[in-house]
Amino acid sequence: MANNMAQRHKATTRIWHWLNAIALMVLLMSGLMIFNAHPRLYWGEYGSREDRAWLEIDDTRTTGFVKIGATTLETTGVLGLSLGTDDKVRRVAFPGWATIPTRYNLGAARRWHFAFAWLFALGLTGFMAASLLNGHIRQHLHIRKAEWAPKHIWSDIKNHARLRFDAHNAGTYNILQKFSYAGVIFILLPLMIFTGLAMSPAMNAALPWLHDIFGGRQSARSIHFMCAALLSIFVLVHLLMVFLSGPINGIRSMITGKVAQAPESNPTGVTS
Amino acid sequence: MKNGRDIIGRRALLRGATLGGSALILSGCDALNESDMFRSALRTAETLNQTVHRSLMDRAALAPEFPASDISPVFKTNGSLTGTSAEYLAHVDNKFADWTLRIDGMVANPMDVSLETLRAMPSRTQITRHDCVEGWSAIAKWQGTPLRLLLQQAGLSARAKYIVFHCADSYGAQPYYESIDLIDAFHPQTILAWGMNGEMLPLKYGAPIRLRVERQLGYKHAKYVMRIEATDDLTKFHGGKGGYWEDVGDYEWYAGI
Repeated sequence: MANNMAQRHKATTRIWHWLNAIALMVLLMSGLMIFNAHPRLYWGEYGSREDRAWLEIDDTRTTGFVKIGATTLETTGVLGLSLGTDDKVRRVAFPGWATIPTRYNLGAARRWHFAFAWLFALGLTGFMAASLLNGHIRQHLHIRKAEWAPKHIWSDIKNHARLRFDAHNAGTYNILQKFSYAGVIFILLPLMIFTGLAMSPAMNAALPWLHDIFGGRQSARSIHFMCAALLSIFVLVHLLMVFLSGPINGIRSMITGKVAQAPESNPTGVTS
Repeated sequence: MKNGRDIIGRRALLRGATLGGSALILSGCDALNESDMFRSALRTAETLNQTVHRSLMDRAALAPEFPASDISPVFKTNGSLTGTSAEYLAHVDNKFADWTLRIDGMVANPMDVSLETLRAMPSRTQITRHDCVEGWSAIAKWQGTPLRLLLQQAGLSARAKYIVFHCADSYGAQPYYESIDLIDAFHPQTILAWGMNGEMLPLKYGAPIRLRVERQLGYKHAKYVMRIEATDDLTKFHGGKGGYWEDVGDYEWYAGI
């Protein structure tokens, strides 16, 4: 098999993938620390301890909980109340192992967050421009008319459910991959940037329409948090799929660009 | 009190074992966070935010203003809830009748302005959103004297670069203070607010006057302002970073983001 190597990922895709993986991890963990400074979410322009939150993470000193609307879930040990590495109880929303830095430090977390936000935003812009020019979007992410057919989508869902990942199809993405990659690249990641900018008071003065489209600063903060949650789910499913579909081949292809292909490779990439 | 482990129990132990990997990465990040070189690299990115904001944005762009129906039913109080200096407390007892705002430093005519004089000057009323660095927001109607009018009256020196606000509140021995550049100092929405939601500014919100600098986060909006000083060098004040939280909490001096 190894003598049948095919080119899979372009260099721009590979470089961006790893840069972005680092940036997103730091952004998520420093973002959770920033969230810990005020672990409540609201809709609209304003919202503080004096107003009703749609989501809050808090503690009763002996238990931690997450409250969403009228539903309260006990989350002691993880959310709201957790143990520090020194075995002391910490009354923080997200535990130390999930945040940068480990101990509460809003100033430092903001500095990490905004520095890696530059890496993330410039990386995404560069990747989008390169992918438009080198054909990555057209060849791999563009969803062709036939692929929109419900029958085609359904057959791909069945293939995924049976954990059949079409090794001979490794040169192209299937429709569920295209949906998730395109959704992340063109919707979730840009939304992270725009909702992030919409929380900046200086940006609100410069581009007032930006926070208007999200329905206010606190709405933008809520959407920022929800998109981060969706991105985290994407990363978990992505890692699971890499693991299930042959992790060595998958990781190697994202490093070297080459993928081992089965001899009966189907160059058209269309699933029968 | 019970040991932390008793309260949280076995789940936490299990979690500790499975997340050993994450702990490794984290201790790496914490170590980086302790490194001065890495911190200054991160800070460069923060400076970039200020540079980009100042160079790409309209310097006179107004912060959004809201209709009265958007005013927060209860405006969260934050920071100090009263001034602490003996001088300030005496003014509270006297209902600020003899209180004056000192304006000095790099100005041609140092002045002492009474609250009455301030209130008789042209004022600006604005319903704006107060954004705390922690993430919450509250909206109120502020009425006050545009800072630029006072700086013009005092004859601001052409060499001045910053306006420093000395406050009557303190955290322990450290008095609160803040500073802004001249772009914000001369911005039309930058006011010394003496009115809030149609009333005299209440004590817990910074009476008799607080700064409103609407395009920056809450910690820049100094309460209990007693003295305004024009300067060309922020390093000579207190911790040298231009503000209480900048000195103590390592917050950024430019708080537009």
